[in-house]
Amino acid sequence: MGENSESGLVDGMLLDERVCLTMVELCRATGLHAEAILSIVEEGVIEPLGPTPRDWRFTAESLARLNTVLRLQRDLDVNLAGVALVLDLLDEVKALRTRVTALESLLD
Amino acid sequence: MEYKDYYKVLDVPRDAAQDEIKRAYRKLARKYHPDVSKEADAEARFKEVNEAYEALKDPQKRQAYDQLGAGWQPGQDFTPPPGWDASFDFGGGGFTGADTSQFSDFFESLFGRAGWGGRTAGFASRGSDEHARIPVTLEEAFQGATRTIHLQVHETDAHGRPQLKTRALRVRIPKGVTHGQQIRLGGQGGAGLGGGPKGDLYLEVALQPHALYRVENKDIYLNLPVTPWEAALGVTLAVPTPGGRVDLKIPAGSQSGRKLRLKDRGLPGRHPGDLYVVLQIVTPKADTAEARAFYERMAREMPYDPRAHMRA
Repeated sequence: MGENSESGLVDGMLLDERVCLTMVELCRATGLHAEAILSIVEEGVIEPLGPTPRDWRFTAESLARLNTVLRLQRDLDVNLAGVALVLDLLDEVKALRTRVTALESLLD
Repeated sequence: MEYKDYYKVLDVPRDAAQDEIKRAYRKLARKYHPDVSKEADAEARFKEVNEAYEALKDPQKRQAYDQLGAGWQPGQDFTPPPGWDASFDFGGGGFTGADTSQFSDFFESLFGRAGWGGRTAGFASRGSDEHARIPVTLEEAFQGATRTIHLQVHETDAHGRPQLKTRALRVRIPKGVTHGQQIRLGGQGGAGLGGGPKGDLYLEVALQPHALYRVENKDIYLNLPVTPWEAALGVTLAVPTPGGRVDLKIPAGSQSGRKLRLKDRGLPGRHPGDLYVVLQIVTPKADTAEARAFYERMAREMPYDPRAHMRA
């Protein structure tokens, strides 16, 4: 990470499968309180690694899911249980669309 | 600036009741929500719908908007008539609680920008983390690239008033990124207040569709058309991959849909993806007398019933 002032080129950090985010980082990146994240974990929308909230680590995918949760709550007034259901269905739709695209590409 | 017909956007009559406007809005918001919708212009439509609702949900704003009259056409060049807001006092901004940075100039000219509330001097706070989507081609994901992106950022001028500015940022796209992954740019987010540090900027990779390849996580799929004799007899073919041509042995007796794996030739990384070549048998047309004769000879000399299993 850093900025090369001469070229103005910014190097980011790729949040791939190796990167784990702490609760603090997750709170900062989403603007949520730890309590709010706890209840989202309890709803099963994101799954932390580690035994207790103190050692919890989250994947970058959790962050993407949290952002979707926030957008859906803000824009559509969906409650947490509803968001959890929407996310599960969206995952399923995504998997089905991928499969449809793959199969359709074999037909002319 | 262009006139916007908010009633048309929500598809309601100009005399619609407030609850009718709300119903229309909710329905369109669900339809065009960018996280849910597959419509190509979902994001733009969603913004438009929100802007329209922001203007019409509040009876006072709606009344002000109505006072412009019904004679305008969407897209028509528009300047607010002088004194039109005399009885409403929206001028100068601060009369909407919504995040109007997403809204049109038309909206801002009528209702102003979001108010500048809350934080007081002497209180240091870290800037907000911001999120944006960045379209990336398969080639860029495969090789890595640098890209210039333009961000709309809130800044405060000398008088402490918020302003929307466009900032250009050159960003390195790391090699091997895939759809949905995020790149975190430390300290490139919102400005801190009272000397607080800047927030981070998160870029979500949106991999663009490619003419030849499909990407699933880190694996790349390629449909490879082959002739019936290549599939039946086996052949070695030069196959395009994002990393260059590769000689691939097609085993004899292959059928359409057979998947051949080229290990580690997917998107690069510590755990690189694989490249899958999916065979697609293409039958030549019988459009000349010679070709017809050849097919007829095959029919006679190579009797084959692909529907044998259907005979009960």
